[in-house]
Amino acid sequence: MAEKKFDYFINGENGKWEVIIGLEVHAQVLSKSKLFSSSSTKFGAEPNTQVSLVDSAFPGMLPVINQFCIEQSIKTGLGLKAIINLNSVFDRKNYFYADLPQGYQISQYKKPLVGEGEVILDMPYGTKKVGIERLHLEQDAGKSIHDIDPDNSFVDLNRSGVALMEIVSKPDLRSPEEVNFYVKKLRSIMRYLGTCDGNMQEGSLRADVNVSVRKVGDSQYGTRCEIKNVNSIKFMQMAIEHEAKRQVEILESGKKIDQETRLFDVKKNTTRSMRSKEEAHDYRYFPDPDLLPLKLNKGLIDKLKKELPELPDQKKDRFIKDHNLSPYEANILVSEKEISDYYEEMIKECDKKLATNWITVELFAVLNKNNLSISQSPISAKNLSSLVKMITLGKISGKIAKDVFEKMQVSDKDPKQIVEEEGLVQQSDPKELEKIVLEVLSKNQDKVIQYQSGKVKLFGYFVGEVMKVSKGKANPNLVNDILKIKLK
Amino acid sequence: MKNSLLYQRLLNNMSNISELFLTKIVNGIKKRDFTSEEVTKTFINNSQNSKKLNVYISECFDDALKSAKSFDKKKDYNGLLSGVPIAVKDLFCTKNVKTTAGSKILHNFIPTYESTVTSNLWSKGAFLLGKLNCDEFAMGSSNETSFFGNVVNPYGKQLVPGGSSGGSASALAAELTPATIGTDTGGSIRQPASFTGTVGLKPTYGRCSRWGIVAFASSLDQAGPMTKNVEDCALLLQAMSGYDPKDSTSVDVKVDNYTSKLTENVKGLKIGIPKEYIVDNMPAEIDNLWKQGIDYLKDAGAIIKNISLPHTMYALPAYYIVAPAEASSNLARYDGVKYGHRAKGKNLIEMYENTRSEGFGDEVKRRILIGTYVLSSGYYDAYYLKAQKVRQLIKNDFDKVFSDVDAILTPSTPSSAFKIGDKTDDPVSMYLNDIFTVPVNLSGLPAISVPAGYDENNLPLGLQIIGKAFDEQTILNLSLAIEKRANFKKNFKVWWS
Repeated sequence: MAEKKFDYFINGENGKWEVIIGLEVHAQVLSKSKLFSSSSTKFGAEPNTQVSLVDSAFPGMLPVINQFCIEQSIKTGLGLKAIINLNSVFDRKNYFYADLPQGYQISQYKKPLVGEGEVILDMPYGTKKVGIERLHLEQDAGKSIHDIDPDNSFVDLNRSGVALMEIVSKPDLRSPEEVNFYVKKLRSIMRYLGTCDGNMQEGSLRADVNVSVRKVGDSQYGTRCEIKNVNSIKFMQMAIEHEAKRQVEILESGKKIDQETRLFDVKKNTTRSMRSKEEAHDYRYFPDPDLLPLKLNKGLIDKLKKELPELPDQKKDRFIKDHNLSPYEANILVSEKEISDYYEEMIKECDKKLATNWITVELFAVLNKNNLSISQSPISAKNLSSLVKMITLGKISGKIAKDVFEKMQVSDKDPKQIVEEEGLVQQSDPKELEKIVLEVLSKNQDKVIQYQSGKVKLFGYFVGEVMKVSKGKANPNLVNDILKIKLK
Repeated sequence: MKNSLLYQRLLNNMSNISELFLTKIVNGIKKRDFTSEEVTKTFINNSQNSKKLNVYISECFDDALKSAKSFDKKKDYNGLLSGVPIAVKDLFCTKNVKTTAGSKILHNFIPTYESTVTSNLWSKGAFLLGKLNCDEFAMGSSNETSFFGNVVNPYGKQLVPGGSSGGSASALAAELTPATIGTDTGGSIRQPASFTGTVGLKPTYGRCSRWGIVAFASSLDQAGPMTKNVEDCALLLQAMSGYDPKDSTSVDVKVDNYTSKLTENVKGLKIGIPKEYIVDNMPAEIDNLWKQGIDYLKDAGAIIKNISLPHTMYALPAYYIVAPAEASSNLARYDGVKYGHRAKGKNLIEMYENTRSEGFGDEVKRRILIGTYVLSSGYYDAYYLKAQKVRQLIKNDFDKVFSDVDAILTPSTPSSAFKIGDKTDDPVSMYLNDIFTVPVNLSGLPAISVPAGYDENNLPLGLQIIGKAFDEQTILNLSLAIEKRANFKKNFKVWWS
């Protein structure tokens, strides 16, 4: 397969511009309770029902680290092949906002829990390494709600104090498509690890996007702008495209980029300034005196390392090597944990290659049509596997299998049952088939003569007729064999 | 109700029970010499006649009496503090009882929870008598920054009781509560104890839980006992201390049985006398008191050693960077959104500004400004970071000398109680009050102030003994040795009732 070449550039009036992108992904830690309190983190509860005295910053309340959140973050760090820092520090990031009850966010500033790591992307033009700068833990804020009452704002503190991992990439991304691959890969790794559900609609995964541009060939980075809090991959891509073009226009008109924080306006598909560098908050970071520095022992990290599940890259290699799948197929199967789970469930019973085909072609078509994820699939892996097995065993033809597959979508029944109920079992009795073949040939004496005098294309016609008579149930291989003999 | 015999004897002079030490009261109740109700009534009566001292922010007399009566019915004498009413500094959150921290911004705040330290007292049989006045958010050395007005020292109508635990010190000295607890961030227990002729101990950082105490400077704050004598101090410390998993800075070190181990036998203990604590313009009587203290301890068989704590002079400046820095962040939560005072405003920012302008007093605002400044980008390294380094050097000083001595003896304060209003316009001279106490907080060590004599105006003066981390027992023992020899007696008459 010829590899595509990377070709994302902004074509300006006087040349091509390269887009430099770095992402700060905020991933909610999958944990029953919050980072520093025992309140529930469940999404969608009634406002302010999952709030402890700590989360609402009552006087004298103190944070206590949730060990599980630490372990989840270490696991994520290991999944990113990153350095785990045995000593890290929680700092206070000070600013006032109504949904920030403490008046500061507990975060990690100078000494994060996780240091440098990397994520591998399989781009159509080859493998790409994206560097991870760091991963640190921090508290999420609550939510301010401004559109219920004209005069008042409401605050929901359910999210206040929920653990977030901020995963900061190096400025290694070069196109919206790479961002797409990167976020998906990151999400996939965390879902394999069970450290973040990656649910972007519920805000479990959001990102701040740093964008700058430079002339192709330049080695220095340009001034960057940060687009805050973008909560879908599509919006990230739109925001990057817009922001890059905006920056190119400014630079080509001879002006300079102001380093600033911008917001993406989904409706207008533009970014607009939120605050300039001068207006930037001075967060007055300092180590949180309520929390001692976090000291980890190496034993814990080794233990977590041992417990790590197989991650997408490893799984992919195994599928290619042991299952004889193409890199392309393997990639698709491992892209989401649920897909590989589905696949691995199927291949307990049936052929690997066929399973791959049925998942990536037939099943994906159904899922796409109905806008479902594989975990919502109307057909279970077990039943699809049993369908595939019936094909390999010659019990039904591929064509019948497709009909059965249609029926399975309506009710996720065991295909064997469907085949039996509908009488769709393949006719593989040579004597029965011979009868049909002879019947067809005797009805088409003229065509038999034409075939025998050289018009071999008519073979297909005979096959079709046999299938018609058998109502599609005839075993096509047998039909072929018998026809060949009878037509000699 | 039939009054007990001793109580009958005491009836002619109601305050006699209240003159008793905490330990005596606990034992008296245990031995049925008097009932908890009788004790409680006495302190309520004294308290009700103490308006001029302005020590109470909230009185819980009715509930205290109820608790006393129910205690007398249950007759459970097993607790360390069985049947004793105790008034506490209004910095401890108390369930269903208003907790103000001496500030307007919390003037209407009623916690739904109880601080760990007060819970510890209640679980040992004590109950709440009331909430005592203090400097606003514990920021002050004279109790003059309280939104609820200044507290008066029983030693004189014009005198401050010290601060920030001024209400606690005055209430204790005036016998309105048998004992009390305060908090000490830079001297807030020891300085008022010194000013009122009482005993005050700041435990090792981590000895007492900070959970449920309104925070001033988290890395320095520590609750501690304030009592009329050393034995009481040992008892109350024992009752209030202990590891608390809700406070990550609390330390899981076994709490000693301080009372049973309490002894004035300090023979052979090595006591350091730091030369850096001889400060300019120190009144001669402070110097004399210090010498007197040295003699007392020599007499008790201790060995006196001259030591040096070379970075002492940097302690106060470092403290006045670290403490305000933490305070500026700790006090950010008082924003009018969730509880406490809320002013009106056209928008969120204006509501914040109005709430905090109205809600905080001048000293608190001053420290928030200092703290915000020293943490600001561009100044952080020069101030906050430098101060933390100095803090480490001060700690190292102590570590070094403690390889050689068992405790350190210094004066508690550079002067006796000063007049109300004397230092309110001069924050630096006010801050200088903490010059001997602050290094101890920066180092997290335990220290006690024990009354040891009087100045020429008959105002009490205290000596400070600084101990090794978690070695409260040694400083209690040394204090006892001083106490026995100083034979300190209060020398004021009740003028306020």
